[in-house]
Amino acid sequence: MREVAVVATALHQVPALTDTTEVQLMVPLINAARAAVGLTQADIGFTCSGSSDFLAGQAFSFVQTLDAVGAFPPICESHVEMDGAFALYEAWVKLQIGEVDTALVFSYGKSSPGSLRDVLALQLDPYFLAPLWPPADAVAALQARLLLESGLVGAQELAEIAVRSQRNAVGNPNAVRSSSKVTVADVMAEAPVADPLRPSDLAAESDGGCAVVLAAGDRARELCGRPAWIRGIGHRIDAHGLGTRDLTRAPSAELATSVAVAAAGLTVDSLDLAELHSPTTSQEAILVRELGLDGSTEVNPSGGALAANTMMAAGLVRIAEAADRIIDGGADRALAHATSGPCLQQNLVCVMAGG
Amino acid sequence: MDEAPLRADLILEYPFTRTTGPVVGAFLTGLREGILIGIRRSDGTVMVPPAEYDPVTSEPLTEVVEVGQAGEVVSWTWVDPPRPQSPWDGPHGLALILLDGADTPMFHAVLVDSPGELATGMRVSAVWREEREGHIADLAGFSPEVDA
Repeated sequence: MREVAVVATALHQVPALTDTTEVQLMVPLINAARAAVGLTQADIGFTCSGSSDFLAGQAFSFVQTLDAVGAFPPICESHVEMDGAFALYEAWVKLQIGEVDTALVFSYGKSSPGSLRDVLALQLDPYFLAPLWPPADAVAALQARLLLESGLVGAQELAEIAVRSQRNAVGNPNAVRSSSKVTVADVMAEAPVADPLRPSDLAAESDGGCAVVLAAGDRARELCGRPAWIRGIGHRIDAHGLGTRDLTRAPSAELATSVAVAAAGLTVDSLDLAELHSPTTSQEAILVRELGLDGSTEVNPSGGALAANTMMAAGLVRIAEAADRIIDGGADRALAHATSGPCLQQNLVCVMAGG
Repeated sequence: MDEAPLRADLILEYPFTRTTGPVVGAFLTGLREGILIGIRRSDGTVMVPPAEYDPVTSEPLTEVVEVGQAGEVVSWTWVDPPRPQSPWDGPHGLALILLDGADTPMFHAVLVDSPGELATGMRVSAVWREEREGHIADLAGFSPEVDA
Protein backbone atom coordinates (compact mmCIF):
# COMPACT_ATOMS: atom_id res chain seq x y z
CA MET A 1 0.00 0.00 0.00
CA ARG A 2 1.11 3.52 -0.78
CA GLU A 3 1.63 5.66 2.30
CA VAL A 4 -1.06 8.35 2.52
CA ALA A 5 -1.51 10.89 5.30
CA VAL A 6 -3.79 13.64 6.48
CA VAL A 7 -1.56 16.74 6.42
CA ALA A 8 -4.05 19.57 7.06
CA THR A 9 -7.59 20.05 8.32
CA ALA A 10 -10.09 22.87 8.79
CA LEU A 11 -13.57 22.68 10.25
CA HIS A 12 -16.42 24.82 11.41
CA GLN A 13 -19.66 23.77 13.12
CA VAL A 14 -22.39 25.99 14.58
CA PRO A 15 -26.02 25.40 15.59
CA ALA A 16 -27.32 27.13 12.45
CA LEU A 17 -25.79 29.04 9.55
CA THR A 18 -28.49 31.59 8.93
CA ASP A 19 -26.89 34.11 6.56
CA THR A 20 -24.21 31.93 5.00
CA THR A 21 -24.45 29.85 1.85
CA GLU A 22 -22.59 26.57 1.48
CA VAL A 23 -20.08 28.33 -0.80
CA GLN A 24 -19.50 31.07 1.77
CA LEU A 25 -19.05 28.41 4.44
CA MET A 26 -16.52 26.40 2.45
CA VAL A 27 -14.32 29.15 0.94
CA PRO A 28 -12.50 29.94 4.20
CA LEU A 29 -12.28 26.26 5.21
CA ILE A 30 -10.82 25.11 1.89
CA ASN A 31 -8.46 28.09 1.83
CA ALA A 32 -7.34 27.39 5.40
CA ALA A 33 -6.67 23.69 4.81
CA ARG A 34 -4.68 24.34 1.62
CA ALA A 35 -2.80 27.30 3.10
CA ALA A 36 -1.83 25.35 6.22
CA VAL A 37 0.50 23.29 4.02
CA GLY A 38 1.30 26.04 1.51
CA LEU A 39 -0.73 24.61 -1.35
CA THR A 40 -2.96 26.27 -3.92
CA GLN A 41 -5.59 24.43 -5.94
CA ALA A 42 -3.07 24.11 -8.79
CA ASP A 43 -1.06 21.81 -6.49
CA ILE A 44 -4.03 19.51 -5.73
CA GLY A 45 -4.19 16.33 -7.81
CA PHE A 46 -7.72 15.23 -6.96
CA THR A 47 -10.67 16.91 -5.28
CA CYS A 48 -13.53 14.93 -3.76
CA SER A 49 -16.55 16.23 -1.87
CA GLY A 50 -19.50 14.85 0.06
CA SER A 51 -22.88 16.52 0.48
CA SER A 52 -26.59 15.91 0.07
CA ASP A 53 -29.08 17.30 -2.42
CA PHE A 54 -31.77 16.38 0.11
CA LEU A 55 -30.46 19.08 2.45
CA ALA A 56 -29.94 21.68 -0.27
CA GLY A 57 -33.32 20.90 -1.85
CA GLN A 58 -31.75 21.00 -5.28
CA ALA A 59 -30.37 18.49 -7.75
CA PHE A 60 -26.58 18.57 -8.32
CA SER A 61 -26.21 21.15 -5.54
CA PHE A 62 -22.55 20.15 -5.07
CA VAL A 63 -21.69 21.67 -8.44
CA GLN A 64 -22.45 25.13 -7.06
CA THR A 65 -20.32 24.50 -4.01
CA LEU A 66 -17.36 23.73 -6.27
CA ASP A 67 -17.15 27.51 -6.64
CA ALA A 68 -15.52 27.39 -3.21
CA VAL A 69 -12.60 25.42 -4.67
CA GLY A 70 -12.00 28.18 -7.22
CA ALA A 71 -13.10 28.65 -10.81
CA PHE A 72 -9.55 28.20 -12.10
CA PRO A 73 -7.57 26.04 -12.74
CA PRO A 74 -9.71 23.17 -14.08
CA ILE A 75 -9.78 20.33 -11.55
CA CYS A 76 -10.08 16.56 -11.49
CA GLU A 77 -12.95 15.98 -9.10
CA SER A 78 -15.58 13.61 -7.83
CA HIS A 79 -18.48 13.73 -5.39
CA VAL A 80 -20.26 11.27 -3.15
CA GLU A 81 -23.81 11.70 -1.85
CA MET A 82 -22.43 10.61 1.50
CA ASP A 83 -20.52 11.90 4.46
CA GLY A 84 -17.12 13.38 3.59
CA ALA A 85 -15.42 10.43 5.29
CA PHE A 86 -16.53 8.32 2.34
CA ALA A 87 -15.21 11.00 -0.04
CA LEU A 88 -11.91 10.68 1.82
CA TYR A 89 -11.99 6.94 1.19
CA GLU A 90 -12.40 7.61 -2.55
CA ALA A 91 -9.51 10.09 -2.47
CA TRP A 92 -7.38 7.54 -0.58
CA VAL A 93 -8.09 4.98 -3.34
CA LYS A 94 -7.20 7.59 -5.98
CA LEU A 95 -3.89 8.22 -4.23
CA GLN A 96 -3.26 4.46 -4.11
CA ILE A 97 -3.46 4.36 -7.91
CA GLY A 98 -0.40 6.59 -7.86
CA GLU A 99 -1.18 9.14 -10.54
CA VAL A 100 -1.57 12.01 -8.07
CA ASP A 101 0.21 12.84 -4.83
CA THR A 102 -2.24 15.24 -3.19
CA ALA A 103 -5.99 15.39 -2.67
CA LEU A 104 -8.49 17.84 -1.24
CA VAL A 105 -11.51 16.34 0.51
CA PHE A 106 -14.38 18.42 1.82
CA SER A 107 -17.95 18.04 2.92
CA TYR A 108 -20.64 20.17 4.41
CA GLY A 109 -24.23 20.12 5.55
CA LYS A 110 -26.74 22.79 6.30
CA SER A 111 -29.74 20.98 7.71
CA SER A 112 -31.14 23.88 9.77
CA PRO A 113 -33.51 25.19 7.03
CA GLY A 114 -35.48 21.92 7.11
CA SER A 115 -36.44 19.17 9.51
CA LEU A 116 -33.52 16.74 9.43
CA ARG A 117 -35.29 14.04 11.45
CA ASP A 118 -37.96 13.93 8.73
CA VAL A 119 -35.62 14.33 5.75
CA LEU A 120 -33.69 11.27 6.95
CA ALA A 121 -36.78 9.12 6.34
CA LEU A 122 -35.92 9.42 2.64
CA GLN A 123 -32.80 7.28 3.10
CA LEU A 124 -34.97 4.33 4.10
CA ASP A 125 -36.47 1.61 1.90
CA PRO A 126 -38.61 3.45 -0.68
CA TYR A 127 -41.51 0.94 -0.64
CA PHE A 128 -41.81 -0.28 2.94
CA LEU A 129 -40.46 2.52 5.13
CA ALA A 130 -39.99 5.93 3.52
CA PRO A 131 -43.73 6.37 2.71
CA LEU A 132 -44.42 6.05 6.46
CA TRP A 133 -42.03 8.97 7.22
CA PRO A 134 -40.63 7.61 10.48
CA PRO A 135 -38.50 10.32 12.10
CA ALA A 136 -34.85 9.38 12.50
CA ASP A 137 -35.03 9.46 16.29
CA ALA A 138 -37.92 6.96 16.26
CA VAL A 139 -35.97 4.56 14.07
CA ALA A 140 -32.99 4.86 16.42
CA ALA A 141 -35.33 4.39 19.40
CA LEU A 142 -36.42 0.96 18.15
CA GLN A 143 -32.77 -0.04 18.13
CA ALA A 144 -32.15 1.51 21.55
CA ARG A 145 -35.06 -0.38 23.12
CA LEU A 146 -33.82 -3.68 21.70
CA LEU A 147 -30.41 -2.89 23.16
CA LEU A 148 -31.76 -1.96 26.60
CA GLU A 149 -34.24 -4.83 26.82
CA SER A 150 -31.62 -7.35 25.72
CA GLY A 151 -29.73 -6.44 28.88
CA LEU A 152 -26.55 -5.70 26.91
CA VAL A 153 -26.57 -2.05 27.96
CA GLY A 154 -28.28 -0.23 30.81
CA ALA A 155 -29.97 3.15 30.75
CA GLN A 156 -27.30 4.34 33.16
CA GLU A 157 -24.55 3.58 30.63
CA LEU A 158 -26.35 5.60 27.95
CA ALA A 159 -26.61 8.55 30.34
CA GLU A 160 -22.91 8.21 31.16
CA ILE A 161 -22.08 8.36 27.45
CA ALA A 162 -24.16 11.55 27.11
CA VAL A 163 -22.43 13.13 30.10
CA ARG A 164 -18.96 12.19 28.85
CA SER A 165 -19.70 13.75 25.48
CA GLN A 166 -20.98 17.01 26.94
CA ARG A 167 -18.04 17.29 29.34
CA ASN A 168 -15.41 16.44 26.71
CA ALA A 169 -16.94 19.03 24.39
CA VAL A 170 -16.22 21.87 26.84
CA GLY A 171 -13.58 24.01 25.17
CA ASN A 172 -14.17 22.55 21.70
CA PRO A 173 -15.09 25.55 19.53
CA ASN A 174 -16.81 23.22 17.05
CA ALA A 175 -19.11 21.60 19.59
CA VAL A 176 -22.65 22.94 19.84
CA ARG A 177 -23.64 21.11 23.03
CA SER A 178 -21.30 21.02 26.00
CA SER A 179 -21.54 21.25 29.75
CA SER A 180 -19.06 20.87 32.57
CA LYS A 181 -21.85 20.51 35.08
CA VAL A 182 -24.27 17.99 33.58
CA THR A 183 -24.69 14.79 35.61
CA VAL A 184 -26.03 11.31 34.92
CA ALA A 185 -28.98 12.13 37.17
CA ASP A 186 -29.75 15.22 35.05
CA VAL A 187 -29.81 13.13 31.88
CA MET A 188 -31.86 10.34 33.46
CA ALA A 189 -34.42 12.95 34.57
CA GLU A 190 -35.04 14.17 30.99
CA ALA A 191 -38.37 13.14 29.48
CA PRO A 192 -37.95 10.83 26.46
CA VAL A 193 -38.42 12.40 23.03
CA ALA A 194 -38.42 9.09 21.21
CA ASP A 195 -39.01 6.59 23.99
CA PRO A 196 -36.58 5.34 25.36
CA LEU A 197 -34.23 8.00 23.94
CA ARG A 198 -33.95 11.30 25.78
CA PRO A 199 -32.77 14.64 24.32
CA SER A 200 -29.22 14.04 25.57
CA ASP A 201 -29.20 10.62 23.89
CA LEU A 202 -29.62 12.27 20.49
CA ALA A 203 -26.76 14.05 18.76
CA ALA A 204 -26.95 17.84 18.71
CA GLU A 205 -27.70 18.89 15.13
CA SER A 206 -25.35 21.45 13.63
CA ASP A 207 -24.56 23.15 10.35
CA GLY A 208 -21.01 23.21 9.16
CA GLY A 209 -18.25 21.82 7.04
CA CYS A 210 -14.81 20.28 7.01
CA ALA A 211 -11.85 20.30 4.62
CA VAL A 212 -8.91 17.90 4.70
CA VAL A 213 -5.75 17.73 2.60
CA LEU A 214 -4.25 14.29 1.93
CA ALA A 215 -0.76 13.70 0.59
CA ALA A 216 1.23 10.59 -0.30
CA GLY A 217 4.70 9.48 0.69
CA ASP A 218 7.50 12.05 0.57
CA ARG A 219 5.06 14.75 -0.51
CA ALA A 220 3.35 14.36 2.87
CA ARG A 221 6.72 14.60 4.67
CA GLU A 222 7.54 17.81 2.76
CA LEU A 223 4.23 19.39 3.65
CA CYS A 224 3.83 18.45 7.29
CA GLY A 225 6.28 17.91 10.15
CA ARG A 226 4.19 15.12 11.61
CA PRO A 227 1.65 13.74 9.12
CA ALA A 228 -1.23 11.59 10.37
CA TRP A 229 -0.52 8.48 8.33
CA ILE A 230 -3.57 6.47 7.33
CA ARG A 231 -2.31 2.99 8.19
CA GLY A 232 -5.60 1.21 7.61
CA ILE A 233 -9.04 2.07 6.33
CA GLY A 234 -12.12 -0.12 5.98
CA HIS A 235 -15.69 0.44 4.81
CA ARG A 236 -18.32 -2.26 5.26
CA ILE A 237 -22.11 -2.36 4.93
CA ASP A 238 -24.88 -4.30 6.66
CA ALA A 239 -28.31 -5.12 5.25
CA HIS A 240 -30.61 -2.17 4.58
CA GLY A 241 -33.87 -3.54 5.94
CA LEU A 242 -34.35 -2.78 9.63
CA GLY A 243 -35.88 -6.16 10.37
CA THR A 244 -33.28 -8.21 8.50
CA ARG A 245 -30.44 -7.71 10.94
CA ASP A 246 -29.82 -7.86 14.66
CA LEU A 247 -30.07 -4.18 15.52
CA THR A 248 -28.20 -4.65 18.79
CA ARG A 249 -25.11 -5.27 16.71
CA ALA A 250 -23.20 -3.61 13.88
CA PRO A 251 -21.20 -6.43 12.25
CA SER A 252 -19.98 -4.05 9.53
CA ALA A 253 -18.39 -1.84 12.19
CA GLU A 254 -16.55 -4.81 13.66
CA LEU A 255 -15.42 -5.96 10.21
CA ALA A 256 -14.31 -2.49 9.10
CA THR A 257 -12.34 -2.16 12.34
CA SER A 258 -10.64 -5.52 12.02
CA VAL A 259 -9.70 -4.74 8.39
CA ALA A 260 -8.31 -1.31 9.27
CA VAL A 261 -6.51 -2.34 12.46
CA ALA A 262 -4.95 -5.39 10.79
CA ALA A 263 -3.75 -3.30 7.83
CA ALA A 264 -2.18 -0.92 10.33
CA GLY A 265 -0.43 -3.79 12.09
CA LEU A 266 -1.92 -2.62 15.35
CA THR A 267 -4.31 -3.86 17.98
CA VAL A 268 -7.32 -1.89 19.20
CA ASP A 269 -5.94 -1.66 22.73
CA SER A 270 -2.88 0.20 21.43
CA LEU A 271 -4.98 3.13 20.19
CA ASP A 272 -4.67 6.37 22.14
CA LEU A 273 -8.05 7.72 21.11
CA ALA A 274 -11.12 6.92 19.05
CA GLU A 275 -13.44 9.49 17.50
CA LEU A 276 -16.81 7.79 16.92
CA HIS A 277 -19.60 9.04 14.68
CA SER A 278 -22.50 7.98 16.87
CA PRO A 279 -25.80 9.77 16.20
CA THR A 280 -27.20 8.41 19.50
CA THR A 281 -25.75 7.24 22.82
CA SER A 282 -27.19 3.79 22.15
CA GLN A 283 -25.28 3.63 18.86
CA GLU A 284 -22.11 4.70 20.64
CA ALA A 285 -22.61 1.85 23.12
CA ILE A 286 -22.92 -0.57 20.19
CA LEU A 287 -19.82 0.87 18.50
CA VAL A 288 -17.70 0.65 21.65
CA ARG A 289 -18.55 -3.06 21.81
CA GLU A 290 -18.11 -3.77 18.09
CA LEU A 291 -14.79 -1.94 17.93
CA GLY A 292 -13.60 -3.66 21.10
CA LEU A 293 -12.67 -0.44 22.89
CA ASP A 294 -11.80 -1.67 26.34
CA GLY A 295 -11.23 1.49 28.37
CA SER A 296 -7.54 2.02 27.56
CA THR A 297 -8.55 4.14 24.55
CA GLU A 298 -9.95 7.63 25.10
CA VAL A 299 -13.35 7.80 23.36
CA ASN A 300 -14.47 11.03 21.70
CA PRO A 301 -12.13 13.53 23.35
CA SER A 302 -13.78 16.20 21.14
CA GLY A 303 -17.23 15.29 22.44
CA GLY A 304 -17.87 13.29 19.27
CA ALA A 305 -20.85 13.53 16.98
CA LEU A 306 -23.18 13.72 20.00
CA ALA A 307 -21.77 17.20 20.65
CA ALA A 308 -22.22 18.36 17.04
CA ASN A 309 -23.63 16.19 14.28
CA THR A 310 -23.30 18.00 10.96
CA MET A 311 -25.14 15.86 8.43
CA MET A 312 -22.69 14.82 5.67
CA ALA A 313 -19.64 16.16 7.57
CA ALA A 314 -19.67 14.59 11.04
CA GLY A 315 -17.71 11.55 9.85
CA LEU A 316 -15.03 13.62 8.11
CA VAL A 317 -14.90 15.81 11.23
CA ARG A 318 -14.09 12.68 13.25
CA ILE A 319 -11.13 11.98 10.93
CA ALA A 320 -10.02 15.63 11.16
CA GLU A 321 -10.27 15.70 14.96
CA ALA A 322 -8.30 12.46 15.30
CA ALA A 323 -5.70 13.54 12.72
CA ASP A 324 -5.24 16.88 14.46
CA ARG A 325 -4.35 15.10 17.67
CA ILE A 326 -1.61 13.19 15.83
CA ILE A 327 -0.37 16.20 13.83
CA ASP A 328 -0.06 18.28 17.01
CA GLY A 329 1.79 15.49 18.79
CA GLY A 330 -0.92 14.81 21.37
CA ALA A 331 -1.45 11.23 20.22
CA ASP A 332 0.50 8.55 18.38
CA ARG A 333 -2.29 6.25 17.24
CA ALA A 334 -5.91 7.18 16.64
CA LEU A 335 -9.04 5.64 15.17
CA ALA A 336 -11.78 7.63 13.43
CA HIS A 337 -15.18 6.20 12.57
CA ALA A 338 -17.96 7.35 10.26
CA THR A 339 -21.42 5.92 9.78
CA SER A 340 -24.16 6.27 7.20
CA GLY A 341 -27.69 4.96 6.85
CA PRO A 342 -30.17 3.97 9.56
CA CYS A 343 -29.07 2.28 12.78
CA LEU A 344 -25.34 2.10 11.93
CA GLN A 345 -25.95 0.36 8.60
CA GLN A 346 -22.68 1.49 7.02
CA ASN A 347 -19.43 1.93 8.87
CA LEU A 348 -16.03 3.29 7.91
CA VAL A 349 -12.99 3.01 10.17
CA CYS A 350 -9.75 4.90 9.57
CA VAL A 351 -6.70 4.09 11.68
CA MET A 352 -3.98 6.75 11.74
CA ALA A 353 -0.54 6.87 13.30
CA GLY A 354 2.14 9.51 13.72
CA GLY A 355 5.22 7.39 13.11
CA MET B 1 -41.09 49.44 -22.67
CA ASP B 2 -44.46 48.79 -21.11
CA GLU B 3 -44.39 45.02 -21.53
CA ALA B 4 -44.82 43.00 -18.38
CA PRO B 5 -41.79 40.96 -17.27
CA LEU B 6 -41.64 37.44 -18.63
CA ARG B 7 -43.00 34.91 -16.20
CA ALA B 8 -42.97 31.12 -16.06
CA ASP B 9 -44.34 28.74 -13.49
CA LEU B 10 -41.92 26.17 -12.11
CA ILE B 11 -43.56 22.82 -11.48
CA LEU B 12 -41.38 20.33 -9.66
CA GLU B 13 -42.22 16.81 -10.68
CA TYR B 14 -40.78 13.34 -10.84
CA PRO B 15 -41.91 12.20 -14.26
CA PHE B 16 -40.82 8.59 -13.97
CA THR B 17 -42.62 5.41 -13.01
CA ARG B 18 -40.99 2.29 -11.69
CA THR B 19 -42.08 -1.29 -11.86
CA THR B 20 -41.74 -3.00 -8.50
CA GLY B 21 -40.83 -6.42 -9.83
CA PRO B 22 -42.01 -9.93 -8.98
CA VAL B 23 -41.28 -9.83 -5.25
CA VAL B 24 -41.86 -6.29 -3.98
CA GLY B 25 -44.73 -6.15 -6.48
CA ALA B 26 -46.23 -9.30 -4.98
CA PHE B 27 -46.04 -7.75 -1.50
CA LEU B 28 -47.71 -4.53 -2.67
CA THR B 29 -50.39 -6.47 -4.54
CA GLY B 30 -50.93 -8.46 -1.35
CA LEU B 31 -51.49 -5.22 0.53
CA ARG B 32 -54.18 -4.27 -1.95
CA GLU B 33 -55.79 -7.67 -1.41
CA GLY B 34 -55.47 -7.34 2.37
CA ILE B 35 -52.88 -10.06 2.89
CA LEU B 36 -49.27 -9.96 4.08
CA ILE B 37 -46.57 -11.90 2.32
CA GLY B 38 -42.94 -12.70 2.88
CA ILE B 39 -40.31 -14.69 1.05
CA ARG B 40 -38.56 -17.91 1.99
CA ARG B 41 -34.79 -17.81 2.35
CA SER B 42 -32.51 -20.73 1.60
CA ASP B 43 -32.29 -21.58 5.32
CA GLY B 44 -36.07 -22.02 5.37
CA THR B 45 -36.82 -18.84 7.31
CA VAL B 46 -39.35 -16.31 6.05
CA MET B 47 -38.44 -12.63 5.61
CA VAL B 48 -41.16 -9.96 5.81
CA PRO B 49 -41.28 -7.64 3.95
CA PRO B 50 -39.70 -9.65 1.14
CA ALA B 51 -36.70 -8.84 -1.05
CA GLU B 52 -35.63 -10.21 -4.42
CA TYR B 53 -32.20 -11.08 -3.09
CA ASP B 54 -31.12 -12.39 0.28
CA PRO B 55 -29.57 -9.44 2.15
CA VAL B 56 -26.90 -11.69 3.69
CA THR B 57 -26.11 -14.36 1.10
CA SER B 58 -27.18 -12.39 -2.04
CA GLU B 59 -29.02 -15.46 -3.34
CA PRO B 60 -32.04 -14.76 -5.57
CA LEU B 61 -35.28 -15.45 -3.68
CA THR B 62 -38.50 -16.52 -5.38
CA GLU B 63 -40.76 -18.48 -3.00
CA VAL B 64 -43.45 -16.06 -1.87
CA VAL B 65 -45.18 -17.12 1.37
CA GLU B 66 -48.32 -15.70 2.98
CA VAL B 67 -47.83 -14.93 6.67
CA GLY B 68 -50.23 -14.17 9.49
CA GLN B 69 -51.98 -10.87 10.09
CA ALA B 70 -51.11 -10.82 13.76
CA GLY B 71 -47.88 -10.95 15.63
CA GLU B 72 -45.75 -9.79 18.52
CA VAL B 73 -44.18 -6.40 19.17
CA VAL B 74 -40.40 -6.82 19.27
CA SER B 75 -39.54 -3.16 19.86
CA TRP B 76 -41.53 0.07 19.95
CA THR B 77 -41.39 3.81 20.31
CA TRP B 78 -43.89 6.65 20.44
CA VAL B 79 -44.35 9.49 17.93
CA ASP B 80 -46.01 12.64 19.26
CA PRO B 81 -46.78 14.87 17.46
CA PRO B 82 -47.32 12.81 14.30
CA ARG B 83 -45.07 13.74 11.40
CA PRO B 84 -46.83 15.95 8.86
CA GLN B 85 -46.04 13.79 5.82
CA SER B 86 -46.90 10.50 7.52
CA PRO B 87 -50.19 8.63 7.03
CA TRP B 88 -51.17 9.21 10.67
CA ASP B 89 -53.10 12.20 12.01
CA GLY B 90 -52.58 11.57 15.70
CA PRO B 91 -49.84 10.38 18.08
CA HIS B 92 -49.07 6.71 17.49
CA GLY B 93 -46.63 3.97 18.21
CA LEU B 94 -44.06 2.73 15.74
CA ALA B 95 -42.88 -0.82 16.18
CA LEU B 96 -41.04 -3.79 14.84
CA ILE B 97 -43.64 -6.56 14.67
CA LEU B 98 -42.82 -10.25 14.26
CA LEU B 99 -45.80 -11.63 12.34
CA ASP B 100 -46.96 -15.19 12.87
CA GLY B 101 -45.09 -17.34 10.36
CA ALA B 102 -42.35 -14.77 9.81
CA ASP B 103 -38.77 -14.84 11.06
CA THR B 104 -37.91 -11.16 10.61
CA PRO B 105 -39.91 -8.30 12.13
CA MET B 106 -41.76 -5.76 10.04
CA PHE B 107 -41.88 -2.02 10.72
CA HIS B 108 -45.28 -0.32 11.06
CA ALA B 109 -47.50 1.66 13.40
CA VAL B 110 -49.31 0.43 16.49
CA LEU B 111 -52.57 2.33 16.90
CA VAL B 112 -53.11 3.05 20.58
CA ASP B 113 -53.87 6.25 22.48
CA SER B 114 -50.83 6.47 24.71
CA PRO B 115 -47.34 4.98 25.07
CA GLY B 116 -48.48 3.34 28.31
CA GLU B 117 -50.51 0.91 26.19
CA LEU B 118 -47.39 -0.34 24.39
CA ALA B 119 -45.12 -3.12 25.59
CA THR B 120 -42.57 -5.44 24.08
CA GLY B 121 -44.15 -8.86 23.59
CA MET B 122 -47.72 -7.59 23.22
CA ARG B 123 -49.85 -9.21 20.53
CA VAL B 124 -51.17 -6.97 17.74
CA SER B 125 -53.14 -7.55 14.55
CA ALA B 126 -53.40 -5.76 11.23
CA VAL B 127 -55.89 -2.95 10.65
CA TRP B 128 -56.65 -2.39 6.96
CA ARG B 129 -57.93 0.70 5.22
CA GLU B 130 -61.10 0.19 3.21
CA GLU B 131 -59.66 1.81 0.08
CA ARG B 132 -56.46 0.02 -0.89
CA GLU B 133 -54.15 0.69 -3.80
CA GLY B 134 -51.07 -1.49 -3.26
CA HIS B 135 -49.19 0.86 -0.92
CA ILE B 136 -47.60 0.29 2.49
CA ALA B 137 -50.16 2.70 3.98
CA ASP B 138 -52.99 0.37 2.85
CA LEU B 139 -52.17 -1.08 6.21
CA ALA B 140 -53.46 1.52 8.64
CA GLY B 141 -51.33 -0.10 11.31
CA PHE B 142 -51.72 -2.72 13.99
CA SER B 143 -53.94 -2.68 17.04
CA PRO B 144 -53.73 -4.68 20.26
CA GLU B 145 -55.22 -8.13 19.82
CA VAL B 146 -58.42 -8.53 21.80
CA ASP B 147 -58.72 -11.78 23.74
CA ALA B 148 -61.43 -13.91 22.21
